[in-house]
Amino acid sequence: MKQARIATAWLGGCSGCHMSFLDMDEWLFELADVADIVYSPIADIKEFPSDVDATLVEGAVANEDNLELARDIRAKSRLVLSFGDCAVSGNVTAMRNPLGDPLQILEAVYVDAPDRDGLIPNAAGIVPPLLPKVLPLHKIIRVDAFIPGCPPPADRIQAALEALLEGVLPPNRGEAIRWG
Amino acid sequence: MRERQPAVNVSFDGVEYEGLLGESVLECARRNGVAIPSLCFLEGLTVWGGCRICVVEVAEGHRLRPACATQVAADMEIKIETPRLRAYRKSVLELLFAEGNHVCAVCVSNGNCELQDMAVHCGMDHVRYDYQSPAREVDASHPKYVFDPNRCILCTRCVRVCDEIEGAHVWDIRHRGQQAELITEMNKPWGESLSCTWCGKCVAVCPTGSLAYQGSAIGEMEHDPVMIKRLAVARNRGEWLDPKGVS
Repeated sequence: MKQARIATAWLGGCSGCHMSFLDMDEWLFELADVADIVYSPIADIKEFPSDVDATLVEGAVANEDNLELARDIRAKSRLVLSFGDCAVSGNVTAMRNPLGDPLQILEAVYVDAPDRDGLIPNAAGIVPPLLPKVLPLHKIIRVDAFIPGCPPPADRIQAALEALLEGVLPPNRGEAIRWG
Repeated sequence: MRERQPAVNVSFDGVEYEGLLGESVLECARRNGVAIPSLCFLEGLTVWGGCRICVVEVAEGHRLRPACATQVAADMEIKIETPRLRAYRKSVLELLFAEGNHVCAVCVSNGNCELQDMAVHCGMDHVRYDYQSPAREVDASHPKYVFDPNRCILCTRCVRVCDEIEGAHVWDIRHRGQQAELITEMNKPWGESLSCTWCGKCVAVCPTGSLAYQGSAIGEMEHDPVMIKRLAVARNRGEWLDPKGVS
């Protein structure tokens, strides 16, 4: 049987969802028997590949790099899943939104704070500019299913992947969709 | 004890039950063990009818009515679980989440929250509407309690319990529509309130993490709305009056 091509990606989040992914422990061996992880922050792959069956996206869309990667993922994946509360709702990453202009926030953190050198990090091509507002993934690209949780518990991720491997969308009822 | 009210026939989703004239559709359903989801309603307090989670269809004309604020009538055919009602309840929840700043992951009530539970119940796996991300300041001026308006859904349980059960009326709502917000003591910091008795009933009935004990960490805050029902029932029955009629 042809191996399923699964990817995971990391936008504006804390990587906690990926820690929970690793928390699936020995089931990862079973996953490796039936699927190839073709792109992931826990694998050394530079370019997002083509022809991906399903991509789990952790994190909100907070900066221009996130925006670019999100669009690339959508173009190259048959299914895109919001993976964890930041992708689903913005969550902690979006807590800067009520504070307004990101430049003012950067000034408060890097210029006004007494223990800093007074400079906002600005390395063209390395530090991506922040977007005016942090947005959940489905506000940027079409999303096929949602796996909430901060982080989603390992068994919830496993249930979602098992569904995908059977060719159906993950459960979207009951405790499977509890936030927080 | 109240006189027994006259009984009428009602039906919930096609199944017949006994209704009592004078009771609300929500009371009737719960007395018969029929589930209707609700948020702002709290047994023991006056009916507010503001959250619209408990909307039901009443057969003639399929008008939507809040079950908490609609009285039972003879031969009423009430629909609870229709595709339209499920869709409306989910929309209401999404609007509540989009309107405030509800971040379950860092909330004192994470895991003990009626709003979070209702989102699970109604199948809300994401919010379709644009988040409003309002700028709202936390009031931590009270020595015992904290008010976080970011997590407030304006259910007015605190307003009602403080006025109707405690008799202090510290809480109010000012402004309208999107500007509506809870205030304490005619918009003074809660900690400066002279009318607050520190009784904590408002904290006990809050359905979200908006009202909490000082020092609560993530997921630590547990509310106790059932206590209010006990107070209201005892008061209605006059349990604490002198049996000889001398108060």
